Amino acid sequence: MAAGVAAWLPFARAAAIGWMPVANLPMPVAPTNKTKHQDELIILNVSGRRFQTWRNTLDRYPDTLLGSSEKEFFFNEETREYFFDRDPDVFRSILNFYRTGKLHYPRYECISAYDEELAFFGIIPEIISDCCYEEYKDRKRENMERLMDDLEDNKDSKLPNMTFRETMWRAFENPHTSTMALVFYYVTGFFIAISVITNVVETVPCGSMPNQRDIPCGERYTEAFFCMDTACVMIFTVEYLMRLFAAPSRYRFMRSVMSIIDVVAILPYYIGLVMTNNEDVSGAFVTLRVFRVFRIFKFSRHSQGLRILGYTLKSCASELGFLLFSLTMAIIIFATVMFYAEKGSSSSKFTSIPASFWYTIVTMTTLGYGDMVPKTIAGKIFGSICSLSGVLVIALPVPVIVSNFSRIYHQNQRADKRRAQKVQKARLARMRISKSGSSTACLHSKRNGLNQSLELTLPYYKMKLSPQGSLEEDQQMKKATSLLESQHHHLLHCLEKTTNHEFVDERLYEQGYLQTALQNFPSRSPSLSSEEGITGTCCSRRTKKNTQPLSATHTHSHTHNLQELSALHIQCGEQQPLNTSRSSLNLMSDESGSLNCKSSGLVTTAIISIPTPPSNNSRASPDAPPPPNPDAPPLPNPGTDVVKISAL
Amino acid sequence: MLYPFPSLLSCPVLSETQLISVTHLFPGAPLPSLPHALSLTDSTDSDLELAMVRHQPEGLEQLQAQTKFTRKELQSLYRGFKNECPSGLVDEETFKLIYSQFFPQGDATTYAHFLFNAFDMDRNGSIRFEDFVIGLSVLLRGSVTEKLRWAFNLYDINKDGYITKEEMLAIMKSIYDMMGRYTFPSVKDDAALEHVEKFFQKMDRNRDGVVTIDEFIETCQTDENIMSSMQLFENVI
Repeated sequence: MAAGVAAWLPFARAAAIGWMPVANLPMPVAPTNKTKHQDELIILNVSGRRFQTWRNTLDRYPDTLLGSSEKEFFFNEETREYFFDRDPDVFRSILNFYRTGKLHYPRYECISAYDEELAFFGIIPEIISDCCYEEYKDRKRENMERLMDDLEDNKDSKLPNMTFRETMWRAFENPHTSTMALVFYYVTGFFIAISVITNVVETVPCGSMPNQRDIPCGERYTEAFFCMDTACVMIFTVEYLMRLFAAPSRYRFMRSVMSIIDVVAILPYYIGLVMTNNEDVSGAFVTLRVFRVFRIFKFSRHSQGLRILGYTLKSCASELGFLLFSLTMAIIIFATVMFYAEKGSSSSKFTSIPASFWYTIVTMTTLGYGDMVPKTIAGKIFGSICSLSGVLVIALPVPVIVSNFSRIYHQNQRADKRRAQKVQKARLARMRISKSGSSTACLHSKRNGLNQSLELTLPYYKMKLSPQGSLEEDQQMKKATSLLESQHHHLLHCLEKTTNHEFVDERLYEQGYLQTALQNFPSRSPSLSSEEGITGTCCSRRTKKNTQPLSATHTHSHTHNLQELSALHIQCGEQQPLNTSRSSLNLMSDESGSLNCKSSGLVTTAIISIPTPPSNNSRASPDAPPPPNPDAPPLPNPGTDVVKISAL
Repeated sequence: MLYPFPSLLSCPVLSETQLISVTHLFPGAPLPSLPHALSLTDSTDSDLELAMVRHQPEGLEQLQAQTKFTRKELQSLYRGFKNECPSGLVDEETFKLIYSQFFPQGDATTYAHFLFNAFDMDRNGSIRFEDFVIGLSVLLRGSVTEKLRWAFNLYDINKDGYITKEEMLAIMKSIYDMMGRYTFPSVKDDAALEHVEKFFQKMDRNRDGVVTIDEFIETCQTDENIMSSMQLFENVI
């Protein structure tokens, strides 16, 4: 329950007197405050700085250190104050949490120091209020990434049991791990450079015979270049095969970009070997040699910057796409305009619209070769407009790409673009937790029979505990429901008595509805009765606790059995109780009992194939409406109830 | 100047006319804050966000005289009240919000509306600390007759001295609304009506279709359950 509302609880309870004349049933006894004392100031001495607050303020959150009896460990008898040897600055936010109900994260604090203080005082960080939660999460993520980076850097230490294959792979990925890897790295780099230079020099005209025109070096020293090429390709092939062998997942390796580049780099050579020196295919052969230039991309393994550039272009795909699209639009528009403008002039180079494309592109990128120039006045006007607009259109997306590159370069590819969705999801989950916390806490304490009318005043609730109750469970239960909680539950219980209906958990309501509707099928009862045995035995402990309130509240005697049965099923059908409410330490006793019931509960629900409420359970498809059973009139007609639920 | 908003609620912003009427209500209280609040409001531009108006309660002695609380109890009550509403006034929306926090499963707004009217004795749309504490005094420290009178006042929506079936039905529906959907057994459509019928059968002695205050008090005094439940919340504060 929120801190602020705690102040109004006495008012709400007093106002409950308004229900009394209307109620037909006796009200439950109120929980008494045994240790009632006037609200006193307590002094909290945190490393010398004294904070003072009312005891009631701290009692608002009974499952934290300060709100529970755990603080007694820190009580200093001589000075009559509680002494904590912790950071007083952070304690300020923690104490404000008790006062206002909102936990704030001060920006100047170190995130790990703050986390430690929260852990010490028993406060979960998820309840940080919205104003500070984003900041907290961001800092926390940054911190974790930094730690992860440190961990990664320490990965160089050799793990003891690495196979030869793994060692090789690690050598390939991180060249500075061993000397061999470093040598290999430099050798391949050298050969890539050699190969690229060879390709370039091959085409340079080198020296001419007196009687022949200049021929490129490649044709003059064919054997030399061929040997060089072969050597490079050998090295590359060996390297590729070794990588393929060492890769942990060969399929993934073969699909990766680097391996494709490798393959493209060496394939032309082999194709060239295979193909005969046929005149027809020599043209294709020449084209294939172009692909040798892709060897230069092999350098990206050696250069981080190159990889980042590639990644940037990939991540800026949308901006690039926009640039391309807008350029295309502009080109088409201006080419058309120029074509029609220049149509009239004689000996115009603008022979067709596609021919004008060249002019438009050259003008828009402000190249201005001058091979095509407009001659008419209209053409010149439109030409100038074209060049001005070109500057604008190209200038717009480029800064975006540049800033992207800079960002990625600085973050070194750590940006997480999905962050926003996760935070939003988590926030909704938190709000749901805090909203359902109070209602589920009440229902949990109900299930444990804490709201029995006569036994509330007993301090240890011994009589109500099942046979498995031990002393520590007693204390856990006692601790779980603070006075505030028990008063709130008493208030809700009074409302139940006034209206003669009980609060039920949402899922139990639907399951209970299913179970009670199930009673309407006499044909299904054999299967049901066969399950009774199972459910009866495993939940026998539960029924002892819960038949009492049922018998107290049932109003129709002839459906008492059915209701009891349905209650049995409700109890057995319950799933693992929500562990989200912070003051639900009493759940420990639930878990041991529910383990047996879980399977049988699920089995019973699996049999059902009747009209289900379409709200959130996707169970069996709806059947035809159940036959009306004259023996059970007080049970709600499932047909109408289904309508009612789905309408909400 | 805007007051910092507390966690739960936004305290009311009164229009200028309400400001003036508020001034009239507590002639004895010192009003140092109101003049500066007035100076910041601009009657010509209603879109301007008006400054928060503050209300200071009467002194402790006067409240002690009017209610049956001790000094310490009043102090503790005021601290809680002021913590939630620094401006010193609770309007209906805020009240509904606060009251709904206690009943997360159902819809407590209608009942909160009736409750608000029962507490807001001078019908000015906001509860001051004095109203709050006087109401609480009746509920917690009053005699059984006074409590019954308060309950009658709650049920009598138009405060004409008679509880009609329609009024009772409205109250009953609002109580059942607080239970919400997930109840066992499910709340049927005519549950409220049935309950009202039972109530009238019990209370309406002369069968004239309305319940007067005397019939009400008389019947309640003869009912054991009601009498014992009236004593239930003695030790709330």
